[in-house]
Amino acid sequence: MESLGSIIAYFIIAIAIIVFSVLAVTSGKILRAATYLLFVLFATAGIYFQLGYEFLGAVQIAVYAGGIMVLFVFSILLTHKPGANAPRLESHKRWLGLSAALLGAGVCLYSLFDYGSLMVSKMPENFSIDIHQIGRALLSTDKFGYLLPFEAISMLLLACIIGGVVVARKR
Amino acid sequence: MFGCGIYGFITRKNMIAILISLELMLNAVDINFAVFNRFLFPGQMEGMFFSLFAIGLAAAETALAIAIVINVYRAARNVDIRQLTKMKF
Repeated sequence: MESLGSIIAYFIIAIAIIVFSVLAVTSGKILRAATYLLFVLFATAGIYFQLGYEFLGAVQIAVYAGGIMVLFVFSILLTHKPGANAPRLESHKRWLGLSAALLGAGVCLYSLFDYGSLMVSKMPENFSIDIHQIGRALLSTDKFGYLLPFEAISMLLLACIIGGVVVARKR
Repeated sequence: MFGCGIYGFITRKNMIAILISLELMLNAVDINFAVFNRFLFPGQMEGMFFSLFAIGLAAAETALAIAIVINVYRAARNVDIRQLTKMKF
């Protein structure tokens, strides 16, 4: 974890996330914004891989980059003329957004540095969670089991599928 | 990244751009869950499961929101929120 190469890789990923997320909210063309969002999602998966959460990174790529981006691109192509630019926004709106963004970032940084002293100093080496552990924790009913949220989210996904079909069907 | 999401959420005038900003915010929160789990309690998996469930929720929410956007587009031929005042009052 603390080797020089992983630190350099972490900084590259962090800078890529910051740059592409700024580009995603400021780019004029909506399809370009979706592409920048895709890059941000891939970089997020890279951070998960670097932390040792391989399963989480794989889920991130499969769900976000595979599913959600396809939905975004389809809906953009269905609802927009290609090549249309977003109009310039008025300045008081921009200042309101900037101040809200800086406020949120300030709250995040304050809480981060306030609780930074709790951080453990000694990292276990070669940290990794294997898939058996994840599966056993997801479907167990013990103290640290996640069967109830698992079932709840499966019911929620079913409700979302039915709701999406009902909302988007032709009348 | 969370700040970028808030900025886009307030300034954008397009429903799909607002959804993109929402995804940015959700991703920032997921990263925070995973990183705090890794660096504060490396022996447990609660943050990772929270991120996992948050990703599932985000997928469901995006699918439903895009269905609503397409329906609104079919009704109003537009996704610009300045001109979607038909449902007010």
